[in-house]
Amino acid sequence: MFDLDRWQEIYHVLSKNKVRTFLTAFGVFWGIFMLVIMLGSGKGLQHGVTQNFGDMATNSVFIWTQQTSLPYKGFPRGRGYNFENEDAVALAHSIPEIKYLAPRIQAGGFMQTNNVIRGLKSGIFNIMGDYPAFNKIDPLNFISGRFIDDLDIREKRKVAVVGTRVVELLFNKEEKPINQYIQIQGVYFKIIGVFRSKRTGEQADQENQNIYMPFTTLQRTYNYGNAIGFFSITSQDDIPVSVVEEKAIRLLKQRHSIAPADESAVGHFNLQKEFDQMQGLFFGIRLLVWIVGTGTLLAGVIGVSNIMLVVVKERTKEIGIQRALGAVPRVIITQIMTESIVLTTFAGYFGLVVGVGLLELINYLLGSTGANTEMFVHPGIDFSVAVTALTILVVAGAVAGLIPAYRAISIKPIDALRYE
Amino acid sequence: MIRIKQIHKSYVTGQNSLHVLKGIDLDIAAGEMVSIMGASGSGKSTLLNILGILDDYDSGEYHLNGLLVNRLSERKAAQLRNRMVGFVFQSFNLVSFKNAMENVALPLYYQNVPRKKRNLIAMEYLERMGLAEWAHHLPNELSGGQKQRVAIARALIGNPKVILADEPTGALDSKTSLEVMDLLQEINATGITLIIVTHEHDIALRTKKTIRITDGNITEIIMNN
Ligand SMILES: Nc1ncnc2c1ncn2[C@@H]1O[C@H](COP(=O)(O)OP(=O)(O)OP(=O)(O)O)[C@@H](O)[C@H]1O
Ligand SMILES: [Mg+2]
Repeated sequence: MFDLDRWQEIYHVLSKNKVRTFLTAFGVFWGIFMLVIMLGSGKGLQHGVTQNFGDMATNSVFIWTQQTSLPYKGFPRGRGYNFENEDAVALAHSIPEIKYLAPRIQAGGFMQTNNVIRGLKSGIFNIMGDYPAFNKIDPLNFISGRFIDDLDIREKRKVAVVGTRVVELLFNKEEKPINQYIQIQGVYFKIIGVFRSKRTGEQADQENQNIYMPFTTLQRTYNYGNAIGFFSITSQDDIPVSVVEEKAIRLLKQRHSIAPADESAVGHFNLQKEFDQMQGLFFGIRLLVWIVGTGTLLAGVIGVSNIMLVVVKERTKEIGIQRALGAVPRVIITQIMTESIVLTTFAGYFGLVVGVGLLELINYLLGSTGANTEMFVHPGIDFSVAVTALTILVVAGAVAGLIPAYRAISIKPIDALRYE
Repeated sequence: MIRIKQIHKSYVTGQNSLHVLKGIDLDIAAGEMVSIMGASGSGKSTLLNILGILDDYDSGEYHLNGLLVNRLSERKAAQLRNRMVGFVFQSFNLVSFKNAMENVALPLYYQNVPRKKRNLIAMEYLERMGLAEWAHHLPNELSGGQKQRVAIARALIGNPKVILADEPTGALDSKTSLEVMDLLQEINATGITLIIVTHEHDIALRTKKTIRITDGNITEIIMNN
């Protein structure tokens, strides 16, 4: 219930010494402001880094061939080898924990000369042969058209999916690339899809220069026999990818006569592990921010408690009068605690608003200047964090008012009345 | 209305203990108007504070309106003060940030009377004090006599059984003192018990009974007429 007299008294107390009130409020303001800025920056860093994962399934592992490091079954060390189509069949057959299996082969040996031509225009691009499953593991962001499908694979169609950078370099602005033909290392391909990378910075630029074609087409057209470049694999949803990783490597070693103890013959990268490490790092950052932030906030709140003690002392006589006239302890205690809560909450709310405002401004500037900020994207704080911070403030305000409030009623009314 | 038996009170400060009230016996009937006189430091204010439940006593018995007042919780004490006792102080003790009307209404605020209603009642009391036009002035805009009349209105608004006044005219000139005494006499005439601590004989003479305290004991009770 709104109690005008209570608010009149709060106003009187807080406005009596404006400089003092302001300085006290500033302590709390600064605490929450710093907390918001630090949490928001942490979030920005996290967004920046995780965006580089794109929408890639985090339960993925990538496996490729390297040279053997141990002699085995009569083979010397330092032997090179290739994965083959039969490996893919074997993996799919004998490891039920696999959800998606996407073999890939990359057309190479063209780094010096323009490998893609359209009329008078040409450029150097990365050429990948992929299965439809790849778009499940690391989904592309299509502007138009589609990805490779099973029919493309089966019929070894000469179709290509290209990045925006490819389109920019080979087409005029007004031209529609879909269903147009480009010449890739001497062979004509029809464009069936255009995508733009979801990643940021350098990585995005790289990806936008990619050209994807059916795996089988690439193998056949450019004479790769039945070789496979590398495998992208995801595990079933409830199974850690490390299980799949281990089984797949063991199977591949067996099939290629590699010593079980050979650590370097099969190259592999577990995205899950990387991702988990990153999450751990961000959790650490967040924890640190909360510790530092609440520490700063605590300093502000102690300031409030101190000032409330001074206020209570200054108002001893006034409180004595109120008690003589019949104010029960509860009235005095709630009054002082309300003053404390109002001061903390107002100051803190202001800090919250200014902090969020600043983050929004940074966001806006990042967006409008188009700065290449690979590591810092969308700083901001969650609504739930803001609510938590405000709750902490109200509780802190109450706690800050508690000691002064009890101090106020611990003295006898007559001593309060006589206080000079 | 007030009945005290063998009240003792000492102030302890550090090592020293000062025995201020040394066994006071006193009966004051409902509707009486009594003055308390005595040398400075004789214990008049100490006695009055005990009567007003602002302070406690060491031994003895104090009955207020038939109720034993002894070591009450502060909540009980505050409620009892609010319902039973009105205070008039030498230094007025108005709340500085509240205007005259709000000051008068304060005891009703602690009874949770709604603001509109208590301000209306406060206005009635201010009118009785002839202060209606000062209702919206802050205490520091009022003269001493006006302040004391606001304080009296405030003491009255809760319909107390007893009004305790510690040197109510001590800070006033003689003309204003007389006006305040007129007011207090009128109040007493409505049946409210009145106890006034004073140093002035002509003030004491306007009460029905004067109690003289010397060094913590009642030494004399004089009937005035
Ligand atoms: N809170 C206290 N602590 C210690 N001593 C006190 C306290 N209050 C009063 N005294 C002492 O008790 C004695 C009686 O004080 P009291 O205020 O009752 O006197 P009084 O009769 O009202 O005097 P005056 O006429 O000057 O007002 C005095 O000696 C005073 O110094
Ligand atoms: Mg005195």
